[in-house]
Amino acid sequence: MAAGSTYTPIATTTLGSAAASYTFSSIAGSYTDLVLIAVGTVAVDGDSLTVRFNSDSATNYSTTSLRGSGTAASSARGSSLTSLFLGYGDGFASSAITNAIMNIQNYANTTTNKTTLSRINNAGGTTGVGAEANVGLWRSTAAITSITIGGQTGNLSTGMTLTLYGIAAA
Amino acid sequence: MLNIVSSILAPQVAASTSSYESIATTTLSTATATVTFSSIPATYTHLQLRIFWKLSAATNLIANYNGSGAGNYKTHALYADGATVSSFVPSTSPNSVGFGYLGASTSFATTIVDILDYANTTTNKTTRYLMGDDRNGSGDIEFGSGLWLNTAAINQIVIAGQGGATLQQYSSLALYGIKG
Repeated sequence: MAAGSTYTPIATTTLGSAAASYTFSSIAGSYTDLVLIAVGTVAVDGDSLTVRFNSDSATNYSTTSLRGSGTAASSARGSSLTSLFLGYGDGFASSAITNAIMNIQNYANTTTNKTTLSRINNAGGTTGVGAEANVGLWRSTAAITSITIGGQTGNLSTGMTLTLYGIAAA
Repeated sequence: MLNIVSSILAPQVAASTSSYESIATTTLSTATATVTFSSIPATYTHLQLRIFWKLSAATNLIANYNGSGAGNYKTHALYADGATVSSFVPSTSPNSVGFGYLGASTSFATTIVDILDYANTTTNKTTRYLMGDDRNGSGDIEFGSGLWLNTAAINQIVIAGQGGATLQQYSSLALYGIKG
């Protein structure tokens, strides 16, 4: 008997108007990992996207980044943050498409803190341009049931596409 | 007394029409010396490992293919610790391929490994990984590339901690096949 889909689209949206944030809610706990993809522009050039789980805006997040600007490689760290980021040094462009992907590992377990791996690619903007990878930590053992994506400084622009996938295990 | 066992996983799903298929998954209920994915079918184009892992010591996560040992592997890594960026050859070479270095035994890391064109019998096998471990004030992120100097199709992957470090409880290892 054929198996079901392993890499499954959970939800997707293309913003019909500029928005401060967007939330994927009621995320089922039936997958092993989640994959969040953001493609589009923002109102403020170079703005990072914030990512929060279960509406937690306390200082329960941290990240370590590796970034290449085209002229230099660098690393940065953020501790006791109020969110994770798609782009901690780099950001999204206001007039050129930027893409980012975040892998959220073992999101539904209730035993360990949650770890993410993300990448952002901004080649066409003016500020925060480059290629960047990040590891993120949410210090909570709760299963992730919602994900809120927002602009750190300004709005997400009309036309930004946000997609959430679930990856199932055997 | 530590109960060290070796988990051996054979493919767990039947044929599917999906292009991205789960082959086998395990979440460790106790500390384990090694996890083996065995009898990997040659019906995919690429493999992907998604590993959420913790070790009993600060060291590398390593793998060997088809029981192949010493002198057959190369790994190169680009590494960032929140302050500096460096590149190095992990001490896993040449006896194993590396999947990332865990800086402390107190936290979980995550690695995504792509094993490209694993079933061909003409070329050596290449891998790439992205790994990270953040501990709110410490931690690192790492890109790596790996090479197995062997043209055989990969049908077994043995994953372990370097130097005998054990995979800890709640570590989760999942193997996926990607069709071309």
